[in-house]
Amino acid sequence: MSKPTQSTRKPVASGQIFRQIIRRDLRVAMRQRSDLLNPLIFLLIVITLFPLGVGPGPDILGRIAAGVIWVSALLSAMLGLERIFRDDFRDGALEQLMLLPVAVEFSVLAKIIVHWLLTAVPVLIITPLLALLLNLPIQAWGVLWLTLLIGTPILSAAGAIGVALTVSLNKGGALLSLLLLPLLVPLLIFATAAVEATLAGVSPAGPLALIGAFSVLSVTLAPFAVKAGLRVSVN
Amino acid sequence: MWQWLHPYAKPEATFHLVQKLLPWFLIPGLILSAVALIWGLAIAPPDYQQGESYRIIFVHVPAAMWSMGFYVAMAIAGLLALVWQIRTAELALLAIAPVGAVLTFISLFTGALWGQPMWGTWWVWDARLTAQLILLFLYMGVMALYIAFEDERAGAKAASILALVGVINIPIIHYSVYWWNTLHQQSTVTRAITRLEAPSIAPEMLYPLLVSIVAMMLVSAVLVMKRLNNEILRREIHRPWALTYLGIPVVQRNEE
Repeated sequence: MSKPTQSTRKPVASGQIFRQIIRRDLRVAMRQRSDLLNPLIFLLIVITLFPLGVGPGPDILGRIAAGVIWVSALLSAMLGLERIFRDDFRDGALEQLMLLPVAVEFSVLAKIIVHWLLTAVPVLIITPLLALLLNLPIQAWGVLWLTLLIGTPILSAAGAIGVALTVSLNKGGALLSLLLLPLLVPLLIFATAAVEATLAGVSPAGPLALIGAFSVLSVTLAPFAVKAGLRVSVN
Repeated sequence: MWQWLHPYAKPEATFHLVQKLLPWFLIPGLILSAVALIWGLAIAPPDYQQGESYRIIFVHVPAAMWSMGFYVAMAIAGLLALVWQIRTAELALLAIAPVGAVLTFISLFTGALWGQPMWGTWWVWDARLTAQLILLFLYMGVMALYIAFEDERAGAKAASILALVGVINIPIIHYSVYWWNTLHQQSTVTRAITRLEAPSIAPEMLYPLLVSIVAMMLVSAVLVMKRLNNEILRREIHRPWALTYLGIPVVQRNEE
């Protein structure tokens, strides 16, 4: 088969590249499964530590369950966050990604989506188990799950900003938490407020709507900040 | 519109402008600080409820006000640095950050000192205290990110981005913390605090407070300006203009 090699190439469509990045990143992640599993095990262990620390009384555990689950989710998210850009930065793929003839924001959004699929979805799957372990009253399970569903995109989006800024440094970890956790305070507040409202018999619609707004805001604006951050790091 | 800004992209021009403005901040700053302290600490009447210990307000309130104001100033410097690639704006951001962080710390520290005799505790999870603590973390993040980079320019750019992300987030953080505070059942201490702030302040106390607010701004601005100029000098030490300013004779290097 002799194919004409030049001048027949069509201009690349951004949608196509978007899908390619998602497919590639998912494949790469599937080849290093332990990277995915470790933050999840960390989350489980932290959850296990709480009853050991504050005592196994079901009433006190039920009262702090939502807060504990959210704080642990934040911490475990910090743990696996670097994966968004670190490997691509080391092997030079990130540089190629920024040279692609599509808007960098698009590629960044694809990477944020992949990160959400790989880190948040497993957490969503084991949430009922965590709620069970901490004795969260069953009427609040659905709302807790909803807060995680619409709140975790904020983690991936804000996390991408932090990683973009720190990826060229070798001491990312603790610095990353210092940068990101203060920015995530509203998320924690709204999420636990929604669960508490449910437990108090009030509609959680208000805090849920606020998380939703925060989520939309960060997912739409983060790619621009990530692009600026990557420009600094990749040089 | 930004025409007037461009000359100051040159560190030398900024240096001389700051040098020229410095006395206009320093002298009124010192005079007003003296006035505010003497007026506030000695002349203003004691509070009918809190006695003499309320006088810490003349340090606490200005510091708390400008801790927020300087964060916004820092973010504006970051915006100038990122959008117009003005290097002196990066230096301004780095000059502002520690001063703002210290103001935040002063407001927290004097708040604790004030809280101990008034509320009987050093710390309560009051909305204002919590928001201020988070502001301190934001300042620390900006400084830590800058320090972590080996390349100073890359560090300054990264810090600018973080300052901008932070300034978008500050109102959200602020309102969420207030909302969190009203949502949770408040301790009696917190409720007592919120009752205390209801009565408006007497004019004999208000005027020294206003003076102290202006004085704190001027003195902090002087610190920022000195830091900025020192940093410019440090970076430009090999340039002829810096050498002539410092009184070091410029050695003409001869190739022959």
